[in-house]
Amino acid sequence: MLSNIGISLVFLILILSLLIIAAAVFDLKTPEQFIKKKIYKLSLFQTSFTILCFFTLIIGFINSDFSLINVYENSHTTKPIFYKIAGTWGNHEGSLLLWINILVIFSYLFLVFNYTHNKKFRLYTLIFQNILILGFLFFLLFNSNPFNAIYPIPVEGLGLNPILQDPALAIHPPLLYVGFVGCSIYFSAALASLLSGYNGKLFAKSIKTWVKISWCFQTLGIIVGSIWAYYELGWGGFWFWDPVENASLLPWFAITALMHSLIVLEKRNTLYSWVVILCLLTFILSVTGTFLVRSGILNSVHTFASDPSRGIFILLFLSLMIFSSLIIFFINYKKESYNFNLKSRETFILANNWFMAFFLITVLIGMLYPIFLDVLTDIKISVGPPFFNIVIIPLVVPFMLLMAVGPKFGWIKSQNKIIYKILFLILGATIINLSIIYFFDKYSLLSNLIFISAIFLILYSLIDIKKIINKKNKLELPRIISHLGFGLLVFFIGINHQFSLEEDFNLKVSENKKINNYEINFKDIKIRERKNYKAVIGIFKLTNLKNNSVQYLNPEIRIYSNPETLTYEAAIKTKITSDFYLTMSNVSRSEYYNIKFQNKPFMIWIWISAFMIALGGFVQLALKKNED
Amino acid sequence: MLTKKVKDRILFLFFVFLISTIAVLFIIKSLNKNILYFSSPTEIKQSEDTSFGKPMRVGGMVKKGSISINKKNIQFIVTDFKNEILISYSGTVPNLFAEEKGVVAEGSLRDKKFFIADRILAKHDENYMPPEIKEIIEKNVK
Repeated sequence: MLSNIGISLVFLILILSLLIIAAAVFDLKTPEQFIKKKIYKLSLFQTSFTILCFFTLIIGFINSDFSLINVYENSHTTKPIFYKIAGTWGNHEGSLLLWINILVIFSYLFLVFNYTHNKKFRLYTLIFQNILILGFLFFLLFNSNPFNAIYPIPVEGLGLNPILQDPALAIHPPLLYVGFVGCSIYFSAALASLLSGYNGKLFAKSIKTWVKISWCFQTLGIIVGSIWAYYELGWGGFWFWDPVENASLLPWFAITALMHSLIVLEKRNTLYSWVVILCLLTFILSVTGTFLVRSGILNSVHTFASDPSRGIFILLFLSLMIFSSLIIFFINYKKESYNFNLKSRETFILANNWFMAFFLITVLIGMLYPIFLDVLTDIKISVGPPFFNIVIIPLVVPFMLLMAVGPKFGWIKSQNKIIYKILFLILGATIINLSIIYFFDKYSLLSNLIFISAIFLILYSLIDIKKIINKKNKLELPRIISHLGFGLLVFFIGINHQFSLEEDFNLKVSENKKINNYEINFKDIKIRERKNYKAVIGIFKLTNLKNNSVQYLNPEIRIYSNPETLTYEAAIKTKITSDFYLTMSNVSRSEYYNIKFQNKPFMIWIWISAFMIALGGFVQLALKKNED
Repeated sequence: MLTKKVKDRILFLFFVFLISTIAVLFIIKSLNKNILYFSSPTEIKQSEDTSFGKPMRVGGMVKKGSISINKKNIQFIVTDFKNEILISYSGTVPNLFAEEKGVVAEGSLRDKKFFIADRILAKHDENYMPPEIKEIIEKNVK
């Protein structure tokens, strides 16, 4: 039943897309100033049916309708309702439907909200967006249909991978998808702008809000993903330079560069071609990331749902996308003249773009090099995290200095007065840094530089905030929040990295272990039956020998039956100044349990400052709304 | 004669070129230093220029009944069905680590038969097999 409804809906959406393209092409030739009502209606129908289609699948998951292969493979009747719903996008086919939903919804919203802009430009955007929608609909129908039926109908489903049954991971895909697939709209708009000649300032105005929305969601999505890694994967880290993490970072670099150079285009009406390239690049990188992750080409710790046949389709689609957008770009390329003064805000924004480009290239090389080497020479390698750390971290130092100073420069040309203030603040930052090192008694040149530049950025942002409060000029606030967030993020990651304590050992029940100032006592093991798993709970007493304070940590080993899997649940005690992190595992029922104990300073502040970066974007969106 | 504008532009392009070259060289140099080679136990046995103590990855199947645990570490044998290597590791193992399952260990060789692992790689999906190990098994178990 549901299978038929779903497939009919997919076909209906497909026909509507074709109709929209036809109507838009026809409407291009009419002399009227406004887009025909008919196109709005078609687009509205398309959006409603797509959302309906997605809800059909969700209903299938809620009712555990195992006549759908997709539900059978990824759900189970005993699963909590929350994870039944999250299971809808916790698999390849369902997430592809979500992907199409976002393409369609953004297409409609862009059409409706940009009514002040040029008609031709909007129609072309609609056409390109619908070509993308068609492409992914074909992919869905021929390769990854979530509505495929199965007969005879199984009584019970196979269940969702237990490690995905986590609140952070339930919201992680929708966030990332709004971020990554949201880029599609200015991919289409950039092509439309080239074809319709609607360029410069006005083009920048039309896509500004969309770039910010997708930037905010990408940032949030990446943060939530790393929170999940921290809580669920049990090694106590949150960023590993794993290929899948890198794949999410590539479009983020591109979009961050885009967001900055868009300001130049809007204010100074220059850099148009570069902005177009970044618009195209952001979505191309999003799809590339999807391709690498879903095709199983990358060997990652996060590999889910990979299948080479999907890879071929996405690769075809991707090359078509790159090829045609390049052709459109070069045919319509117009020469621009750039005239920048070195001491102007434009130059600093361009500097941001240089850094972003460098980070992007580094991550891209680190990610693709093993693949090329494997194809060409059959040697299997992987690029370790040190590579990324060595190349990227030193560059963060000048990056942060420029980030603090850059926004102080006026457009076109500025004075020199500012230099004294900079010197004064660097001095202040150095003193604070020295006191941190004196206090914690550790030393390395690079970490010194990182701390100094991070503190410099933080101080600078704080001074800016004070200025805003005095002057009541709200427009600068979002930028300051995000930049301050970044400074704090680097600062806390630095502290966390330098001063965390980690120890691996094996213990039997009732044994003790002493680590620095802490004593860990493995008191007991308890077994509990939960809704869809059995939990083996370890009871650990952690004593701080300095002040004799005691706390209990209870890590779990969860034994899921559908599918049969073990997961290890870390015990995390979060305090304002540090996290205690303890995981326990057991191999082949040995009487020894493997314990990993960590004390990680300022963990919660890393999350807070990362959220601040995203918050800046949201504040800007809110301010923009008040302006209108 | 070159005008000032042309001179400026040449100078600018020269700097762009210089900085890009330095950046690329820097990236490639650090890349070469941080590559982890993947080997199977057989490859380790056959190779002549084994570098002991250098970071690398070893993969294969965990041999049945080979896991032993004491107060400090876990030891187990990884096999590719032709040759074996003993791996010693201390820390928590990923949830899908078990006998007769694929495993990838990151660490360094002590000698050709003994490997100290710093990290055992986790896989999220119980049906997932790292492609390197799949290949080894296909090669050796026919």
